[in-house]
Amino acid sequence: MKKNQGVVGVYSYVDSVLEAIRRLKNAGHEKRDIRVFSPTPIHEIEEALIEEESIVRFFTLAGATLGCICGIGITVLTSADWPIHVSAKPIVSIPPFMIIVFEMTVLMGALSTLIGLVVNARIRRNAPVSLYDPRFSDDKFGLAVVCEKDRVRDVEKIMNDTEAEEVKFEGLH
Amino acid sequence: MSNQSAPLTYSRVNDDIMRMLEKPSLKWLALFVFDLSVLGIGAMCFIYQVYTGLGVAGYSHPVFWGVYITNFVFWVGIAHSGTLISAILFLFRARFRMSIYRISEAMTVFAVMTAGLFPIIHLGRPWNFYWLLPYPNQRELWINFKSPLIWDVFAVSTYATVSILFFYVGMIPDLAAIRDRVVEKPRKFIYSILSLGWKGSNWEWMHYTRAYLYFAAFAAPLVISVHSVVSWDFAMANTPGWHTTIFPPYFVAGAIFSGLGLVISLCVPIRKIFHLEDYITVDNFEGMAKLIMLTSGIIGYAYAAEFFMAWYSGNPHEWGQFVYRATGDYALFYWIMVVCNVIIPISLWFKKVRTNIKALFVISLFINIGMWFERFNIIVISLSHEFDPGNWGVYKPSLIEIGITAGSFAWFFMFFLLFIKTLPAISIAEMKEILPVPRKGAKQ
Repeated sequence: MKKNQGVVGVYSYVDSVLEAIRRLKNAGHEKRDIRVFSPTPIHEIEEALIEEESIVRFFTLAGATLGCICGIGITVLTSADWPIHVSAKPIVSIPPFMIIVFEMTVLMGALSTLIGLVVNARIRRNAPVSLYDPRFSDDKFGLAVVCEKDRVRDVEKIMNDTEAEEVKFEGLH
Repeated sequence: MSNQSAPLTYSRVNDDIMRMLEKPSLKWLALFVFDLSVLGIGAMCFIYQVYTGLGVAGYSHPVFWGVYITNFVFWVGIAHSGTLISAILFLFRARFRMSIYRISEAMTVFAVMTAGLFPIIHLGRPWNFYWLLPYPNQRELWINFKSPLIWDVFAVSTYATVSILFFYVGMIPDLAAIRDRVVEKPRKFIYSILSLGWKGSNWEWMHYTRAYLYFAAFAAPLVISVHSVVSWDFAMANTPGWHTTIFPPYFVAGAIFSGLGLVISLCVPIRKIFHLEDYITVDNFEGMAKLIMLTSGIIGYAYAAEFFMAWYSGNPHEWGQFVYRATGDYALFYWIMVVCNVIIPISLWFKKVRTNIKALFVISLFINIGMWFERFNIIVISLSHEFDPGNWGVYKPSLIEIGITAGSFAWFFMFFLLFIKTLPAISIAEMKEILPVPRKGAKQ
């Protein structure tokens, strides 16, 4: 059956959220169907729901490597393009070029980290906007579950049993 | 007024910090108008200089790097503590940074924006500033990558970009919190766009915390590199007083020292005006004061080492330069620098002074003054007293230069005043990180 139902519970306490996550996992819900909205990063929630490492680090590494190559390229190639001795230094003078290479590495590494963050934080794992509540950026935690229609009642029961202050439903497409 | 007797909770953090974004008071408006008028004077001075030529600046043989380059180095230095506090202290997990890092990051961004103006103002033909960038052109010439001035272009522009990114990324969850709170449609629209659809889900936080760590890891060595590069603008030349290997650590320590001075000067009034005593605590100030003690010690040592090396090297030009600094035409400025940067901060060795906010505020103002004069002394005195006695001369800043300098301070404060009223000056998400996580077990 298609997972087209969203249930979101509003919580005040982190331990209640963790208990609900534990029960949901025991009931056979997959980790990727469970999302928690929180006003600040909570490591216990991350540990309970996410096993893999963020792939932002590959974006960072790729950007920094590209920056390093560009730095070497622009300094060496432009110097070789018009070979003129300045202050009796070699045409390709490594120590001053290292400064440009370093700056380019940092610049492109930082830019690609931003791209990595924006791309990865937004794709597929984002809960639909309708499950979000403005209170989740204030002092409440939101536990959102995407499931099949016939499991909605079970999820609701788990949320109520773990002291959710409010449970909302949303049909998803 | 904040509810100061209540303990800090997640909800109160939102309330208190967003209260700062309410409609500006008359005092704020008056201050802003005053600031704009000073900026206007600075802008008119610059237009006059462009129209008339660089002759209206006080440059005279042999000093052709004057107040503008002093201002450039001063503002780049100011920009350093922001990233120190946000990146290096983040990597060291220093908790006292949490409440002050946003203000110091904002200060960094605005200080770099101010610093970036001066190399352009200093140009005889400022409209040609883009010649410093590497791009294919009709002359078929590339820039000289062996020149420290080109290193400066790369270092400062990279620093500006990374500081802005770091500042912005750190603010995304807070912008979402504001988006969720404001009701007026135009404001909600702007904050919605700025917050990039942030919802604070566990996946977002996971990528966010890692990305933030990588930003910090990039920004930390960048801070060290930028002022090292700025110091090489001088150290690479063989002018007495400049040609020394201690310049990079000396400049970096001085930059952090001056930046912390300005952070304190800004945080004290903000804390008082917005009643943020529960957020920016005396412990935060004490942490900064300890860093000032450390960096003041390093630059005090550098001042002494410069003198010692000038004497010990047996180089008469070098020794003549330093004797001239302490006893010559600019001796007053030299001693202002020593008193403000080395003598006055000694008082911070006493805990009573470190924990006295008013005393810290006064000391921080002296540090700002002292560090401006340090840059002036290094640049101007060295140039005015080089090798050949026939080539010695005295430089006095002109009114135009003073007007542009005042304008640069107004430029900086204009952005800062706008920042205080439009963006969260204390990190909402990170303040919550240091509060106890709400648990059922801890329920009252």
